[in-house]
Amino acid sequence: MLPTPFLNFNKGDKSMKKLVVLGLTVLPTFLATAAMGAETINGAGATFPNPIYQQWFGEFKMAHPDVSINYQSLGSGAGVRQLTEGTVDFGASDMVMTDDQLKAMADAKKPTPLHFPTVLGAVVLTYNIPGVTSDLNLTPEAIAGIYLGSVTKWNDPKIASANPGVSLPAKDIEVVHRSDGSGTSYIFTDYLSKVSPEWKMKVGVNASVSWPLGLGGKGNEGVTGLVKQTPDSIGYVELIYAVQQKMPYANVKNASGKFVKASFTSVTAAAAAAKEMPEDFRVSITNGMGAGVYPISSFTWLLIPSEIKDPAKKKSITDFLAWMLTTGQKDCEGLQYAQLPKAVVAKEQKQIALIK
Amino acid sequence: MATSTAAVTPGTTIASKRRFGGDEVAYLVTLIFAALILLVTLAIVWQLWLHSSPAREKFGFSFLISKLWNPVTDQFGAWPFIYGTILTSFLALLIAVPLGVGAAIFLSELARPTLSNTLTFLVELLAAVPSVIYGLLAIFTLIPLMRDYIDPGIQSVLGFLPFFSGHIYGVGYLTAGTVLAIMTFPFIISVSREALMAVPREQREAALALGATQWESTFNAVLPFAKLGIMGSVFLALARALGETMAVTMVIGNDPAIHASLFAPGYTIAAVIANEFTEATGNTYLSALVELGLVLFALTIIINGVAQLLIVLTTKKGSAKA
Repeated sequence: MLPTPFLNFNKGDKSMKKLVVLGLTVLPTFLATAAMGAETINGAGATFPNPIYQQWFGEFKMAHPDVSINYQSLGSGAGVRQLTEGTVDFGASDMVMTDDQLKAMADAKKPTPLHFPTVLGAVVLTYNIPGVTSDLNLTPEAIAGIYLGSVTKWNDPKIASANPGVSLPAKDIEVVHRSDGSGTSYIFTDYLSKVSPEWKMKVGVNASVSWPLGLGGKGNEGVTGLVKQTPDSIGYVELIYAVQQKMPYANVKNASGKFVKASFTSVTAAAAAAKEMPEDFRVSITNGMGAGVYPISSFTWLLIPSEIKDPAKKKSITDFLAWMLTTGQKDCEGLQYAQLPKAVVAKEQKQIALIK
Repeated sequence: MATSTAAVTPGTTIASKRRFGGDEVAYLVTLIFAALILLVTLAIVWQLWLHSSPAREKFGFSFLISKLWNPVTDQFGAWPFIYGTILTSFLALLIAVPLGVGAAIFLSELARPTLSNTLTFLVELLAAVPSVIYGLLAIFTLIPLMRDYIDPGIQSVLGFLPFFSGHIYGVGYLTAGTVLAIMTFPFIISVSREALMAVPREQREAALALGATQWESTFNAVLPFAKLGIMGSVFLALARALGETMAVTMVIGNDPAIHASLFAPGYTIAAVIANEFTEATGNTYLSALVELGLVLFALTIIINGVAQLLIVLTTKKGSAKA
């Protein structure tokens, strides 16, 4: 019902025409967005679960067109930092927040975050030993020894004794680790600290540590590149990465004395075996007990503020958490992540109610 | 002075009108643009200074000379990174400058125009390749080459020197320097060639007329004339080498330690910032990384300052000769 003169342009009125066309195209989009009252939720953090998070947020938007969740995969450290500074609505991390970090937030009168495990990941040891084609068995002592520099040759008794029938070369082991700070390194050093008191004392646990020896590769692809290129080398990468790259990875001896290969089942088993799941889910599941447990496994967490003032935002976030724990979990294996065990899901569903 | 005023007086009104119309505005606008550069630089320094304060207060000057880098115990020192940055850039220039200047001389003085233009086009293409591509290529081609042939070859001849002794990993200072050389030499060729092409024809003709051979004319008459431009190209290359991040971190081995051997793994400032910034938690850790940025900034300024000084000194010498 526009009045005719409005659209009746003179030939010379091109710029005016452009402006109106622009207005007519932009306006509906703007109105549509405003009309739906679209909720935008911003999050930032871990890179390891980013592929599944992006899929989840995409699928969740299909089911709830009025909620958009933006996720920036900047790294766990950045996720915790941005959440602490209040620049995002939620964070995500491959490491739990420390007591000091939580206390600092409480002291600043900010709502402390709740930890919600989302999926599980595992770190595997991949190797390149010319002439060795069978799967390698590695004991915790051998892994710690290699990364501390006390096991230097492939035919060291600590490695050879677990691999009867495999002819290991008398070559120097070329050790590769991650050079960038990462949750993968955190999980790996957390495991080493549990199995080796010497590691705990000399090196410790962190996303970046002061490595006693070895070459640093940037990212999973950097480590993979170095291991593939360097004969007689060993490195650690995320399970997903080793599977995609079709690289061999070692069976690791778990706390129950069994050599276990990393798989969805053995990683989920590690989470289920965590005896005392603390109320706040801040738990490390590396070196777990149980016959089928792969010992270098870990949760990755969403960090959700315990108090969300905006009621619409609160509803969207709790809706998403409930969806993620049920429908969302079905996406896991397609994207090479291990699912949460049922007991953990049930416990997390109760925690959703704690968000005020 | 008197003559110029006399000449201007008749047209004063027009001149002042014009000035208000165009020149004044142009002057102001360009002044603002120029001032922006200074402002951005100052803002960067201010931010780096501000955010590095926890580390500066905790470590003081020992940050610059400490060799310790341990995020677990929150102890940080910049020396291995400073060493790695300077060493790899130096190696890069050592390889790239003779190659680049030599190629530029060929392209501008000796090659036929069609060949020169084709090669120049290719060189400019090289300069536009993203650094991560160079890094990947290096991982898959250069590292095996260095590990299996080049490094052992050098070691078999010069292995008695500490620079060429020790275990060969394939990654390390020398590999990083080589990648940087490959990345920077298009800049040297491109800018040096422009500088050489800008030398007036008369310069060459005069030398040839005096009985010089083509090479003598190039070396004695053309090169000194283009010296400033060639040096400019070298500093451009150096700036790129000092700040290069991705390609270096992919081939240097990322070991925060100091090794005499060029075959050993090392680390650079830009590489460690890129590697550790995203996952750095804790104020000291983060501010130590920011302070590294400040150190890199200072390093670039110092090196450029020295370079400028060198230019001033050598051009004076050159003009005195002429």
